[in-house]
Amino acid sequence: MALPSYTETRYRIWHYIYLTICTFVFFFLIAPLFVIFPLSFNAEEFLVFSEGMKNLDPDAFSLRWYKDMIYGTKNPWGLAAKNSFIIAIFATIGSIILGTLAALGLSSRHMPYKGLIMATLISPMIVPLIISGVAIFFFMAKAGLAATHTGIVLAHIILGTPFVVITVTATLSGFDHSVTRAAASLGSNPVNTFMKITLPLILPGVISGGLFAFVTSFDEVVVVLFLAGLENTTIPIQMWTGLREQLSPTILAVATCLILLSTLILISAELLRRRSERLRGINR
Amino acid sequence: MSSETKQILTTDGIPLEVSLKKAEKKNKIKAFLLVAPLLLFLVITYIFPIGDMFMRSVDDRMVTNMLPKTFKAMEKWENLEELPPEEVYRGFYEDYKVLVENQEHGKLGQRLNKEKNGFNTITKRLFRQIKRNKIDESISIKEQINKIHKRWRNVEFWLAIKRTAPPYTMAKYLKGMDMYVASDGSIAQVDEDRRIHRILWLRTLEIAFFVTLFSFFMGYPIAHLLATLPMKYSNLLMICVLLPFWTSLLVRTASWMILLQQQGVVNDFFVMIGLVGDDNRPEMMYNKVGTYVAMTQILLPFMVLPLYSVMKTISPSLMRAGKSLGGTPFVAFWKVYFPLTIPGIGAGCLLVFILAIGYYITPALVGGASGTLISNQIAFHMKTTLDWSFASAMGLMLLTGVLVIYWIYNKLVGVDNIKLG
Repeated sequence: MALPSYTETRYRIWHYIYLTICTFVFFFLIAPLFVIFPLSFNAEEFLVFSEGMKNLDPDAFSLRWYKDMIYGTKNPWGLAAKNSFIIAIFATIGSIILGTLAALGLSSRHMPYKGLIMATLISPMIVPLIISGVAIFFFMAKAGLAATHTGIVLAHIILGTPFVVITVTATLSGFDHSVTRAAASLGSNPVNTFMKITLPLILPGVISGGLFAFVTSFDEVVVVLFLAGLENTTIPIQMWTGLREQLSPTILAVATCLILLSTLILISAELLRRRSERLRGINR
Repeated sequence: MSSETKQILTTDGIPLEVSLKKAEKKNKIKAFLLVAPLLLFLVITYIFPIGDMFMRSVDDRMVTNMLPKTFKAMEKWENLEELPPEEVYRGFYEDYKVLVENQEHGKLGQRLNKEKNGFNTITKRLFRQIKRNKIDESISIKEQINKIHKRWRNVEFWLAIKRTAPPYTMAKYLKGMDMYVASDGSIAQVDEDRRIHRILWLRTLEIAFFVTLFSFFMGYPIAHLLATLPMKYSNLLMICVLLPFWTSLLVRTASWMILLQQQGVVNDFFVMIGLVGDDNRPEMMYNKVGTYVAMTQILLPFMVLPLYSVMKTISPSLMRAGKSLGGTPFVAFWKVYFPLTIPGIGAGCLLVFILAIGYYITPALVGGASGTLISNQIAFHMKTTLDWSFASAMGLMLLTGVLVIYWIYNKLVGVDNIKLG
């Protein structure tokens, strides 16, 4: 953003102050994530940069915490990762199905009480997690689903659907309904129309909502803390326990893997967003 | 013919108006049926349980169910300055005998003791008399009970029993605000040094407010930069906002724990530039500083994204027009650009405030004792003291606050305008 040549000096100074502030904020946002990388390769047991690391001594770096994460005898990470993925996948599928159907209904101009229903469907995103956790715990305890995978999956569907509803509703806002009418006039039944016409067009929204639901479930700890038993431990629960009790570098190895995973998700979400905007004809 | 318009008929001979209404109704039902599965699911698993929380928070039926005859007899107790009549004593005696048979008398003693100190002793005395069959039912029970302990002759204790009669209580809500119902039925404040909850509420509001403020002052410049830079640069910088947004909350909290610890990078840096001595490293974690820093960084993307999406729609020619009409860049910014970004400011601030006010994980990990919020107190009562009704009451008080903000948000921005990513 070059300044025009006629800018006065004082505005020039202001402009550079502004750029400095922005640099500082971007640094503040992103730098904390990068402190985890080098420390996860620490050869020692402490969570500080050792003298060797500061001097880039190769002996100060090792893969021992990654080995510990995968092969460690008492390590719960294997079970936790398995549980996390199973729960997140089922919760995502559930959220996508329920959320997409609801978004289709909400986008219809015939929908009665649209505002009220939308507010209700979005509420799990707004209500503080701790309250959701208490309420869902009461329900699951009564239904006998506490400390089961099913209970946690249902809880995560509750928390994940608002994201799907929002993204799919947004995609549908630019949706041309005459194409479905054209399909119907050509003799297609509603299910066929949905599968062949509507779904491919709203797919970017559905998938990006699904990504949100997946991340929400994969990262969720407050509600799981109320619901999980020993058998249902997840990665966030293990991290929470580890961070509370003692910071072991194994946690940093796990954190590094999680950052890589979120980078992957970020890239796919961005690609989807661009595709969706292209499909809807929004050029920015 | 032309004066009276003939009803237009469809090919089936049904008036068009009727046919149209029917079709509209069908569409309405169709749309509703699509929403129904999720709505039903949420109502059963989420909305009802929140209602259940409310029932738990006001429920006080334990004593009501334990002393049915007593409360029935108390309806006839008119002069509340004198001891209750014989029937009340007899009713209480009979109820208590049933409780002794079911071995529930201890619970009653504890509950009444909460209402008025000293109850546990005198109910235990009564229990012993009943166990030894010392009470003769053929003569006045009132006199016999009054002989057991002088407190039974004190009308205050009978009034305390009477106060537990209603099946519902607001006591848990009052406790959440450090108040209680005094023995004369009025609402009183707890002693000054025991007002822990009010401190927590204020601290929660304070932290949420300042985190919102910090995020705003940090988020506004970078949202502006992102919105005005050419696409190829802004896309790259956008990653700095989106990567933290997509990264696990616990990972981000962990990185702050590493940075802020006493031997951590931030302290190392302070020592290096000579700001603090090596042996005098400040404590930046397990207090408010840690909570502020970590929460601001974690919630900042929620401020930047709504601001960005609003700023993106503001045409740069408006600023140029402002300047060409004689405004300095500052005036042009303040009078033209800033007012246009207000919807984004409202959205971002409310979103961050709502999220901050209910924050749990980060304060619990980096907050220490002075950085914990009301959510941590709720979790504490759910998991440690097991006072679920109190946890529910505090949760609902917090929820009421959040819903008010949500309502404002909805009025200002509209829930359907929430943008993600």
